[in-house]
Amino acid sequence: MTGVKVRPYHAAVWSEPLIHELGRSGERGVILPEVEEGVRKRVGKPESLVPKRMRRRERPGLPELSQPQALRHWLRLSQMTLGMETDIDLGVGTCTMKYSPKVNEELAAMIAGVHPDQPEETMQGLLEVAWRFANVYLREISGMDAFTFQPPGGSAGAFNNAAIMRKYHEQNGELGQRDEIITTIFSHPCDAACPATAGFKVVTLYPDEETGVPSVEALKAAVSKRTAGIFVTNPEDTGIFNGRIDEWTKIVHEAGGLCAYDQANLNAVMGVTRAREAGFDMSFFNLHKTFSSPHGSSGPGSGAVGVTDELGEYLPVPVIVRRGEGYHLDYDRPKSIGRVRDFLGNLQVVVRAYAWAAAMGADGLREAAEVSMINNQYLSKRMAEVPGVTKPYGGRRLDQARWSLEKLKAETGCGINDVNRRVVDYGVQSFFTSHHPWVVPEPFTPEPCETYSKADIDYWVAVLKRVCEEAYEDPEVLKKAPHNSSIHAVDAAPLDDPDRWAMSWRAYRRKMKK
Amino acid sequence: MKSRVANPYIPNSVPEVKAEMLREVGAASADELYASMIPDRLLFKGRLDLPGSIPSEHDLRRHVAAILGRDKTCGEFLSFLGGGCWNHFVPRVCDEIAGRSEFLTAYAGGYYSDLGRFQANWEFQSLICELVGMEVSGLPTYDWGSAAGNAVRMASRLTGRREVLVPAYMSPARLSVVSNFCNPTEMPGAIKVQRVACDPETGTLDIEDLKKRLGHETACVYFENPGYLGAIEDRGDEIAEMAHGAGAEVVVGVDPISLGVLAPPSDYGADIVCGEVQPLGVHMSAGGGLAGFIASRDEERYVAEYPLRLISVTGTVVEGEYGFGQAKYGRTSYMAREKAKDWVGTTTALHGIIAAVYMSLLGPEGMREVGEAILQKSHYAAGRLSEIDGVEARFPVFFKEFPLNIDGAGKTWRRVNKALLRRGIFGGKDISREFPELGQSALTCVTEVHSQADIDRFAAELEAILR
Repeated sequence: MTGVKVRPYHAAVWSEPLIHELGRSGERGVILPEVEEGVRKRVGKPESLVPKRMRRRERPGLPELSQPQALRHWLRLSQMTLGMETDIDLGVGTCTMKYSPKVNEELAAMIAGVHPDQPEETMQGLLEVAWRFANVYLREISGMDAFTFQPPGGSAGAFNNAAIMRKYHEQNGELGQRDEIITTIFSHPCDAACPATAGFKVVTLYPDEETGVPSVEALKAAVSKRTAGIFVTNPEDTGIFNGRIDEWTKIVHEAGGLCAYDQANLNAVMGVTRAREAGFDMSFFNLHKTFSSPHGSSGPGSGAVGVTDELGEYLPVPVIVRRGEGYHLDYDRPKSIGRVRDFLGNLQVVVRAYAWAAAMGADGLREAAEVSMINNQYLSKRMAEVPGVTKPYGGRRLDQARWSLEKLKAETGCGINDVNRRVVDYGVQSFFTSHHPWVVPEPFTPEPCETYSKADIDYWVAVLKRVCEEAYEDPEVLKKAPHNSSIHAVDAAPLDDPDRWAMSWRAYRRKMKK
Repeated sequence: MKSRVANPYIPNSVPEVKAEMLREVGAASADELYASMIPDRLLFKGRLDLPGSIPSEHDLRRHVAAILGRDKTCGEFLSFLGGGCWNHFVPRVCDEIAGRSEFLTAYAGGYYSDLGRFQANWEFQSLICELVGMEVSGLPTYDWGSAAGNAVRMASRLTGRREVLVPAYMSPARLSVVSNFCNPTEMPGAIKVQRVACDPETGTLDIEDLKKRLGHETACVYFENPGYLGAIEDRGDEIAEMAHGAGAEVVVGVDPISLGVLAPPSDYGADIVCGEVQPLGVHMSAGGGLAGFIASRDEERYVAEYPLRLISVTGTVVEGEYGFGQAKYGRTSYMAREKAKDWVGTTTALHGIIAAVYMSLLGPEGMREVGEAILQKSHYAAGRLSEIDGVEARFPVFFKEFPLNIDGAGKTWRRVNKALLRRGIFGGKDISREFPELGQSALTCVTEVHSQADIDRFAAELEAILR
């Protein structure tokens, strides 16, 4: 790593006012389509079309801006956002911050003007893309048999699968009895929260100190006649692959439960290991992670779900099916869970995913997986040069690893939150730490997916190393960070104080007496 | 055969680099590394059976565009489809900001690196709050149905009650989403969904039936403005008074593009407001443009029940500098897992930012004008179409959409829509199966994008088909 020089950086500082502080009464950003005289004459004044008590009396308190001023404001806000494309975003692990090919934006935009209730014959192309992505690509990659794109995010995919689990046990007359699902603490929080929202009790297994995953014995002790099923991420958020996962699914099946896989992040195992062989009944796949659709500042995404033939009849309606040469929306599915979202889900995301997978092909997908995995081995090796960093649990990790700054904290007083405020001073996105609880103390979870070059990884490690060295040299530099960001250290106290938090301009103005 | 050209999306696919990396980590091959982490019996043997790759961008564009190019859009055809996803005018600036690399590709960064994203999220909350007359909102969720599902569960937790009353004329698809949030009756904490009758003449709630169903187990009354079938519910204040009298919460679902002309739900007693963001500058994208929002008064007990990420403005160590952060974050599933308020995840933040841009471009007068244009054009269409023999626009008081009934013409919408399609028109959504009591009706949607000539053309073609 010798020769990697950390370059100076400063974020954009626009000190941009709030939108409500901009513009002047009477300004306008856009003119609406004309209402023709013939229309106006015939129907009369618009207010006559609304019952008196339903008319808006006071105009909404929206700002008034001309178009260039409005555009300038939003552009400045975008400039004060460190997008994935402008930095080395590998610190946001579990999220697979991979490159989203630009050409796919153009292809996704082709469906912008399509209404989801158009006659099927006018959207055969779109249905074909979705059907092919499901039944050619996802089918082969996962080994699952039937698919839906209705869940519009990963967690929605988990909820969809909890609803399927619920319906399955209801159909078998066992729902009253089977009210527990089992998950692991290093599975994504949605694997606990979504089944809980669906009405299940949640049992959480904790890892074995040595292997980093819960033991088979722990699972055996947890299953019973009350077990509705399991929801597990694998590799877990620690990057550790549970190698006995097929034993797990066998144990749960023998107890009468179903097995739901969280493969939101499939990136390092595409073409390497599949949900089918691990014995799962259903799985979800985040198309905004593994399959390259951009993350959109947190959505729209897609939590595509695949299930085995046995569970196909439970999928939400409609299901895209092929009959002969044509594609159809099948609503006639009496055992379906109904809907988890209106219409067909985020099909613009599916178009991007299809385009990406089609470009890659079998070898490209495997290459993406291999390079992601090798990148992580390389990052792990480089990490040894960073003072204060440790890796709990032994063994190699697949796509990412959960690291700890416990040592740094003990020796310098600076923990992950301090490091996170400081790395942004070098133009590096603040790290994803870990969801709570922090079983690994002072955690962070870099995921150097295939997007990142060897030089990128070297640079990223050099930044982290520099920051950790600073912690040993002068902890105040971290404590007072950021220094080169768009803003300075935030006052977090109002965020939990009902008298001071303000989720809108109206609330802010009232509380600040502005 | 593996390509010798490096994959343009994978820098380390250069064979020499890959080999160098393997050397660095002391492995001979990727297979060797995988075998050290995944047991042999779980390894997928061989190569995925997939169509050949299309590595060239040009070829890929041709391939996908050839498939999608077969489709028709509501730009090419004249469309009267709505019912939960609507064809509205999208200002070019909305597209410009939606395509900004930073917003498009950001995700989970913090508020130091992503200040602009946090401020944009907060401004979405601020602007939608102005429209609905509330003080709290959060990042948008998936769609109106999910927002309503969350709102109903919030009301159930707030009241400790287990029943929700919804209008019989609610969208069946939206009701299905809400029902999935409410759980089957066998489950602890299940919320029973009861449908309140609607008046077939006006499309609004049957107050007598509501009275009968309201009880000490009612967690909330949920109604919509405008409703799925377009009717404006003008007795919102009475409904709210009845609900509050029974100790229930009032949840109102709205289409925010109506709120430049329609009273905000806060005026007639709403406790929680939800609705659909898509009309505010987001393309339909075959239904992919949806985003739901939730809003309420700024009371701690409401804030405590939100599942969404709530962005709050705050200060920094520098006087006068705005900072942002997440309020009462401990509620969320990211912190509390199964003990959280429902769940939060990757939802529709970008659509929220687009909607904020839209609201800032229109301002109060633009919102009034777009509402007026929709009212005038849709009423023009209802009147014009009702001149046709055997055709009747149902519900006199509506916004944007109305059931267009053709019982008097003795034809079915199934056939009529096929004939319209041949003439380049997407007729309204056939709702004869969703609501048989409304006969042969199609939910017909007219927005500001329709010209008088479009509507006249539709009327002429429909008349010709029915003749």
